[in-house]
Amino acid sequence: MDDDRAIVAHHGFGYAETLDLKLSAPLAAAASHAHGSSNRRSANKGAMLQEAESRLKALFVRGLDGDADAYRSFLQALTRHLRAFLRRRIPHYRDDVEDLVQEILLAVHNARHTYRPDEPLTAWLHAIARYKLMDFFRSRARRESLNDPLDDYAELLADTDDEPAQARHDIGKLLEHLPDKQRLPIVHMKLEGLSVTETARITGLSESAVKVGVHRGLKALSALIRGLR
Amino acid sequence: MKTDDLIGLLSNQVTRIERGAVARRFTKALLLGALGSLILMSVVFGVRHDLASVARTTIFWAKMAYPLAIAVGAMLAVMRLGRPGARAGYSWAIIALPFVAVWIASMMVLDSAEPGTRLPIVLGHTWRTCPFNIVLLSVPTFPAVFWAVKSLAPTQLRLAGAVAGLLASSTATIVYCLHCPEMSPAFWSVWYAIGMLLPAGIGAWLGPKLLRW
Repeated sequence: MDDDRAIVAHHGFGYAETLDLKLSAPLAAAASHAHGSSNRRSANKGAMLQEAESRLKALFVRGLDGDADAYRSFLQALTRHLRAFLRRRIPHYRDDVEDLVQEILLAVHNARHTYRPDEPLTAWLHAIARYKLMDFFRSRARRESLNDPLDDYAELLADTDDEPAQARHDIGKLLEHLPDKQRLPIVHMKLEGLSVTETARITGLSESAVKVGVHRGLKALSALIRGLR
Repeated sequence: MKTDDLIGLLSNQVTRIERGAVARRFTKALLLGALGSLILMSVVFGVRHDLASVARTTIFWAKMAYPLAIAVGAMLAVMRLGRPGARAGYSWAIIALPFVAVWIASMMVLDSAEPGTRLPIVLGHTWRTCPFNIVLLSVPTFPAVFWAVKSLAPTQLRLAGAVAGLLASSTATIVYCLHCPEMSPAFWSVWYAIGMLLPAGIGAWLGPKLLRW
């Protein structure tokens, strides 16, 4: 698959996209005629990728220790990188970008215990994004092989550019399909922001059952999204 | 749900990641799986009667070390394969080394044997059943190992499945050593290897179905 190779080749992940914008202004003039500019440019880019890596890593590692604010900042920054990364990778599937962003965010969250701080965060994130993108292509290929070609024309006409960053699957609605012992901990803790102790008191579950419920519920949510594709 | 709301949901009341949870899950899975194999082995095959005396020989422990070393290598490899972006690295060498060591020992045994006795040494008395006995003893370890691997996030599902299958079968083979009467490396190099590789093949086949996330 062509996309496969393109992604492997581009291990810089989403960072390059956002950084190019900052780089292009000061370097545009130099790049047009200077000889050594491409070297300097890539050296600069390398330094900025390194900077993005250490900034994101610091936030993510604090998130692993339970720092919600740092974790939120990490997810926000990651979302921006992911959008840029995916818009460039799958220009033909613009409508799927926001769904994939959400799916990858959920995957990163569910897999966060598999990250080891002695390894580069970029490689870890990239491997997850790439895995989800490959999974997307597989199910896409399966679905398109079954589709009547007429559907594609209909889709073309139906497309309005109202809100290009609108996700098609509503995770909030999917939440309703989960069993109570997973749904209630997520609703109370993750949506209403109550503590583990308060959630345990309201739901009548034990504190460890609340934590397990959130963990399993978010994994089940990820499986539900996969089933919709 | 908007992406910003999802970010809020994921970060709200985020709990601390417990270190060592993965290691605990693997330990639990392997202990329970091995216990299942042990019960199955003692019911179906029975512990060999001369175990007490044979346990005092070096060759018995060399035989146990063979699947044990493969299990250690497979464990290291599968734990790395379960972490996105990590390389399997030297764990391949730990998996390959026991196979190579037993093959070398096997060649030395066959080289010093009389020409007419070589085939009987390789076939032993139980070559027909040995690989399938190992597959049978893998029945408890296989789901246990996959349950543990599912707690990780493998991105190469076929490879992770194969190594998980090898971890299950090599653990089962350690248990099988308590029954199996064959004491020649020439036998182990062929029939134990086949017995351990069959579940690895099944793991490669099932990996994309069972380990998807």
